[in-house]
Parts: sequence; structure tokens; C-alpha cells
Amino acid sequence: MKSWHAVVAIILLPIIIGLAVFAYASTQHVPVFDPQGSVGAHEKDLILFTLALSTVVVIPVFLMLGIFAWRYRDTNHKAAYTPDAEGNRWLELLWWGIPIAIIAVLSVVTWVSTHALDPNKPLESTVKPLNVQVVALQWRWLFIYPEQRIASVNELVIPAGTPVNFRITADGPMSALWIPSLGTQVYAMTGMSSKLSLIADHTGTFRGSNSNISGTGYSDMYFNVKALPSRQDFDSWVKAFNDRPKHEHLDLDQYLTFAKPTHDKSVQYLHLHDVSLYDEIVSKYAHSDSGHHSSKHEGHEE
Amino acid sequence: MFGRLTLDALPHDPVTIGGVAGGTVGLLIIIAAMTYFKKWGWLWREWLTSLDPKKIGVMYIVVAVIMLLRGLADVAMLRAQQAIFATSPNSPISPDLFQQVFSAHGTIMIFFVAMGVIFGLINLIVPLQIGARDVAFPLLNSISFWLFVAGMVLMNVSLGLGEFSAAGWLAYPPLSELAYSPGTGVDYWIWSLQIAGVGSLLSGVNFLITIFLMRRKGMTLMKMPIFVWSVVTSMVLVIFAFPILTATLAMLGLDRLLGMHFFTADMGGNPMMYVNLIWAWGHPEVYILVLPAFGVFSEIVPVFSRKKLFGYTSMVLALIAIMILSFTVWLHHFFTMGAGANVNAFFGIMTMVIAVPTGVKVFNWIFTMFRGRVSFQTPMLWFMAFVATFTIGGVTGVLMAVPGIDFVVHNSLFLVAHFHNMIIGGVLFGAFAAYAYWFPKFTGFRLHEGLGKVAFWCWLVGFLVAFLPLYALGFMGAVRRMDHYDASLGWQGLFIAAGVGVLIILLGVFFQVVQLAYSVWKRKELAVGPDPWGGRTLEWATSTPIAEYNFATLDAVHDRDAYWTVKKAHEKLSAQYYDIHVPNNSGYGALIGAAALGVGFALIWHIWWLAGVSMIALIALVISSTQRTDVEHVITAREVALTEKRLRGKRA
Repeated sequence: MKSWHAVVAIILLPIIIGLAVFAYASTQHVPVFDPQGSVGAHEKDLILFTLALSTVVVIPVFLMLGIFAWRYRDTNHKAAYTPDAEGNRWLELLWWGIPIAIIAVLSVVTWVSTHALDPNKPLESTVKPLNVQVVALQWRWLFIYPEQRIASVNELVIPAGTPVNFRITADGPMSALWIPSLGTQVYAMTGMSSKLSLIADHTGTFRGSNSNISGTGYSDMYFNVKALPSRQDFDSWVKAFNDRPKHEHLDLDQYLTFAKPTHDKSVQYLHLHDVSLYDEIVSKYAHSDSGHHSSKHEGHEE
Repeated sequence: MFGRLTLDALPHDPVTIGGVAGGTVGLLIIIAAMTYFKKWGWLWREWLTSLDPKKIGVMYIVVAVIMLLRGLADVAMLRAQQAIFATSPNSPISPDLFQQVFSAHGTIMIFFVAMGVIFGLINLIVPLQIGARDVAFPLLNSISFWLFVAGMVLMNVSLGLGEFSAAGWLAYPPLSELAYSPGTGVDYWIWSLQIAGVGSLLSGVNFLITIFLMRRKGMTLMKMPIFVWSVVTSMVLVIFAFPILTATLAMLGLDRLLGMHFFTADMGGNPMMYVNLIWAWGHPEVYILVLPAFGVFSEIVPVFSRKKLFGYTSMVLALIAIMILSFTVWLHHFFTMGAGANVNAFFGIMTMVIAVPTGVKVFNWIFTMFRGRVSFQTPMLWFMAFVATFTIGGVTGVLMAVPGIDFVVHNSLFLVAHFHNMIIGGVLFGAFAAYAYWFPKFTGFRLHEGLGKVAFWCWLVGFLVAFLPLYALGFMGAVRRMDHYDASLGWQGLFIAAGVGVLIILLGVFFQVVQLAYSVWKRKELAVGPDPWGGRTLEWATSTPIAEYNFATLDAVHDRDAYWTVKKAHEKLSAQYYDIHVPNNSGYGALIGAAALGVGFALIWHIWWLAGVSMIALIALVISSTQRTDVEHVITAREVALTEKRLRGKRA
């Protein structure tokens, strides 16, 4: 193998293997690149913009690496040879300058997008948002609809076109709520109440999961998000549910049994008896310490 | 009597039993062979008690290579599970075992492979490059090494006695607290890292002082080889970052041992504080590993381009900039923890700023080839592959530095692909380049070039096939540390590809082993002189094999490429020899390591009497080691003259 064959191979291998992966992945479902809501769509655009900007550096690096290595190979005696050249002030200024310019542009984009996508900030919308409280347990998800008095386990039903304001906590190890089709993920932590605001612009079923290891049942902590066509559909789903009285109930006492570690992956829907259950779950980690406030509504963000 | 240690601590599941049995048999064979050939005395005198940094460096690397093999065996299990068994209900690897294995994989690869390789390299190269005969504190150097070994042994004991942590390589609480991990696993993690970490801190102090105080006359800071500069910045990071690790581990240890509440979920503990602290150490740690690898490439590119390094001053400034900036970015590891937009944006922008000095370094390396005479031997191939892969890793790093992007890929396999891109493409490829480059200096023969190239291509192709699919899997919603998933998600094809990549990497490792064995076998044919590559720095001025005292004479240095100038001017080294003081061997390092191992083991298993005895022994040994009187012996000028004649006479 001639030396320049190696040079060409080193440059081309990442590109060829990368393209092969890209070709294969594009035949599959890639939720981050197929966003179903405005948050995810914004984040997809950010990815594409940053990738495009980075090519300003990446393409010259790959080209120069290949061209210089080939041009100045030791068997090419026609090429210039300046063994004692120590550097070049102007060239060096150029490549301190170009990355600084790129990063300056990206910094502005970062500042603006980070504020726009701040999960603590509710989505702006003319539609009244739906409030959902999320509890990450070992090893299932509890979704509480305080206004609808429903609690669901391992499945989340939402209306499309309505912002969903989540408050997220954990009653167990640190976990994280991630619905790739909708966008941003946020950690779920004991004694804390994280905020997250997402929206589904389309009807559909999206997969969500826990992205932070929380013990042996961690891989089973996934759930479906069902986005119903409209708020009316959601309201009639709520009404239909509440009209059937035979469901099990959930209050603090039952919750204490319910919250024990389990590998039960089943989907359940329960009547919520205690509308302040979520706040009680958040504050129970503060109760045991006399130095902390023990008010029921002492969430981290309030 | 034995605390928590009962027969139940022995392994139960077939996979672990197999691993333990294999390891034990291997160890017994080595012990039997050593005994049969009566090599124990030789091993103790020539290696284990040696204070010669050249030997300590080799021992670091031997340990790191053994740990690399274990880390690879772990990853083979992980990928086999994800590629083959993930969609079936019957897997030989339970979720608990899977979690222990990936926790062990990360811990081993960072603390006992990457750190071992870097400290091995620093021991071997730094004293030679600064033209010194030794390090500032030779015994402390040996103690550091033995603490590293003690940590390594403790971590591996967990395989056969008890369990290892299943809480990931950074053991986030509250999962790592007693409430959720009551077993010994997290304790093994804490105490093996605590012991090894103290060793790293001591090494950081030792090498920084060595570089500042023991440079050859005439070698000003701006005339130091760039690898030495990279070690300066790396050791400053060690000195500032490792105390944070020590304190954090101590607090987690107190939570677990004495029921305290630094990081527990309840009683006012704050797990988020742990996450901040561990990354305040953890992010600089990445640069502790990668800066010396940058230094390696800064040595190799000029030598194989037969040209001076392009923009030396820029390179030094870039190293210092990275060193400082690396302490200002830790929050980017948890943008999704709920900090406000101002905080997230600040840390995101600081993270991107690091790309500037890193980019400058890449351009300077590339322009070192410009108008050079580039020869593509294995060290240079590793460099080319490093630039190609590290650039990809840099781009994905900048992507994740944008909080809005991190929000949607954090803790997915995209993240896993990114940091392997940096650690394998940066640190490991750097280590392999260094291995091919400096091997002949210490052995007198080259590694076989053809086999080295085969290994190189396996590693490069294997790496790309193993990790590029993970980027796609991240976008597809696959989270890290997941041992099974539903077949309908369409992930299995890419997991199989990633598994094939690991197999190709294993093939590369196989060829590296073959290369070493073959090169040792054919060492006569592969023999080279003391300066086989046309080296530019002082290590190539020594004889090969290198005398115990490194340099017979300490001629002043006039220029940056100290040895290159001497060769070009046909200067003769001075032949006026003087008596040389060299350190005596000492068994204190090994004994202190053994005592530390005892402390760690006792604290894990709650064997209080053993903890007390080991702790007293440890303190007594440390005090007594400072009272040594026979610290060095003299090699007379006459002996030096004879040695030089013998070593240089052959191929002078």
C-alpha cells in the first residue's frame, strides 16, 4: 500500500461509514428528526444550523489534512521543504480568528435559543394549557391530572395543539423524562419539582422513556404518549373515564403501597382522590428534616 | 470477625463465576511460573521496589494494558447483550449484572486504563525530555504507583467477593446511597477510586515540581518540549481537580458508612450538590487525559514531517487556555437539571469557547506538515486518524454545548458516542502513537511495522463502525445504559453494527498482542539505534538501552529542539564524567499500597479491627518512610565512563 492510499483511506472512511449509517437510519423512525411539536422542531433546526456552521471548520480541516499529507509526502521531492519554518503570525491569527468568529455567531444563537427553549418557561399559546404532574418511581411513571382527577400509570394521554405544562418529581433515584418526538427532557428528582412545557402539534402515539439509570428496572421505564386530535376529544375522554365509577382510587395511603419498587409494566388508570398528592410526594422528603419548611406546596421552583 | 463478609459474597451467576475462574487460573499460572523460574526476588529487586521512573512508567503501562483487556471484555458483554439478547426475554446477563458491568467498564477505562497510560507515559518521557536524571520525589512516585495498584486490585476483588457498583461510572446519588444500593458495590467504587485518586494527586504534585525545578540548564519554560508543556497543564488540573474528587468521595463514603446525609434524598441531603462536585472534578479530568495526548501528537508530527512544530507559542497558549477554561464548563453535563436559561447559556458558551484553542492546535498540527517531508509510519497514521475522528467528536461536542440541542440528546447514545469519540480518538490513539514512537527508545528494537498497520486499520474501522451508529441511535431515542428494548423500535440493526465494530476493535487488539510478541521474537532484526526517527528532543540523546542515570553529562540546552540543534551543529557531548547519585530501591511504596488496600477492603466489608490495624500500619509506614537514611547510592565517574563506553560503543 502506498502511503497516500492510507491518507485517502483515513479521510474517506469516516465519510463512507457515516453515510452508510445515515442511509440505514433514514429507513427507520428517527423521532428527533421527525418532531411532532414546536419544541422538538426548534431543537431539530438548532441541530441542523449548528451542523451547517461547523462545516466551515470541518471541511477545511479534512481537505488540508488530506492535501498536505499527500502533497508533502516524503517521496515527493518536488514539493517545497522549509524545515526551519517556525510558524506564521498571520496564518495563526487567521485560525484564532475564524473559530472565534464562528463561536461568536453560535454564542448569540445559543443565548437566544436557550432562553426561548427554557423548560421553566411555559409555552406561549392562546390555548389554555393542560397541567400534568409526573412522578418517576422505581420503575414506572405516574402521571397525575389534578384538574381532571385522573392518575395514569405508564401511559400519558394529551390533546394535540394544547401546551402541556409538566411538573416533574421523583420518589426514588434521579430519573429523567424524555419524549424524543416532542423535544426537551428534564431530570426528575426527589424533593424537587422540575418544570417542562411541551406541545404535540399532531395526533399520534409517541414513545417516552427514562434516560437516567435508576436501578434494575430502568430499561422498562418507557411509556406511550397518546396525542388525541383535539381538546374536545380529550375532554370527552376524561368525561367517559369519570362516568365509569368502577376504577380504582388513588390517595396518599394507597400511593405509599403503590410507590414501592415494582417491575410491573402494565398501564393503569386510576381516580385521583387526593388532588394535592403530588405536592405531598414532593414535600415528603423535606418533612423528615426540621431545618426545612414542611409546607405542602414547598416545591423547588416556588 | 469478618463484618459483612460471609460465604454469600462469593459469585452466584454463571457469567461472573466464569470470569472469576478465568482470572484466578491465569493468576495461578503466573504465580506458579514465577515460582518455578525463581523470579520473585528478581521481580522485587528490579521492578516492584524500583524508584526509577523508567521502570515505574513501564509498570503503570503493564497494569493499564491488563485493565484495558478487562474493560474490553466488559464491553464485549455489554454489546453482546444489546445486539443479541436485548429483544429476547432469556438473557444470560441480568439487568443487575449488566449495570455492574457498564459501571465497571467506565470506571476501569478512565481510572485504571487512561490514567495509567498517561502517568506511565509521563514517568517514561518527562524526566528524559527535560534532561533530568530523576523526578523530584522518587519514593513519592513509587507510593503513587502503588496506590494506583491498590485501587486497581480493590476494584477487581469486587468481581469475586461481593459485587460492583450498579450506579454508573459516576455513581449519582440518591441511587448510590444506602437507601437504593445497600450492598458493597458502591463501597468498592468509592474506596478503589479514593485510594487511586490520592495516588494521582501525589503524582500531580511530583511531576509539576519535577518540571519546574529539574529542567536542564538553559531549558527555559518556552524552550521546553511541547509534551512537557502539555504535562504541566495536565498536572495543574490534577492538583486543582483531584482534591474535589477526594472530598466528594469522602462525603459519599460518610453517608454510607456513618449514615450521614450529604447527598441523600431525605434529611436535607442534596444529590444535586454531588452532581455539581463530581463534574467539577470530572470535566477537568477529561482534559487531564487528553492534554498529554495532544502533547504526544505535538512531538510526533514535527519528527515525522522533519520540520519544526508550527506555532509553538500558539500551542502553549492554547494549552493554557484549555487548562483554565476546563474549570468553567462543568455544568454542561447537566443542562437538563432545571437551571435557569442564563446559567445554561453561560456554560454552553464557555464550552464552545474551548473549541477555539482546540481548533488552533489542529490547524497548527496540519500546518506542521505543510512544506515538510511527511513519512507515514504508524505514529503518523495514528495522528491522521486522530484528527479525522477527533474533529467529528469536536463537532458533536459543540452540538451538545448548545443547551437546546443537549435537551434532546442528553443521556442518549449520542452522548455515549461523543465521549468515546474524544477518549478513544484522542487519548487512546495518542497513547498508541506514543507506544509506536517511544517503544524503540526503551527496548532497542522497533515494533513490527506491518502488524502495527494491520492493528491500526482494525482500530480505525472498528472504532467508526462501533460508534457512528450510536449517534444515529441517540437521535432514534435510544438511551444509554439500557439492556433491553422492544424489537419494533428498529434499533437492533445499528446495535448489531456497533457490536461488529467492537469485534473489529478486538481484532485490532489481537494484532497488537501479536505485534508485540513477534517484535520481541524478531528483536535482533528489528534492532535500531538510540535515535531511530531523527528525534528532536533530549530523550533521543540518551543511549539505548537507557542508563539508570539517563544522562552521563548535563550539557546546557540552547534551543527548543535541543537534540536536533546538537545533531545539526555536529556538537560533541561533553565526555567529562562526574559521580552520580541515584535513589536506592525502596519497598515502602508496595507496603503503603498494601496497607491502603487493607483499609479500603476493611471499610467496604465493615471489618473494623482490620480497618484499625491497616490504618495504623499505613500511618506508621508513611512516617517511617520519611525517616529513611540510605536514600541514594553513588555511581562513580569511572563506572559512568565504563557504562557509557559499553552502551554507546556498540552502535556509536
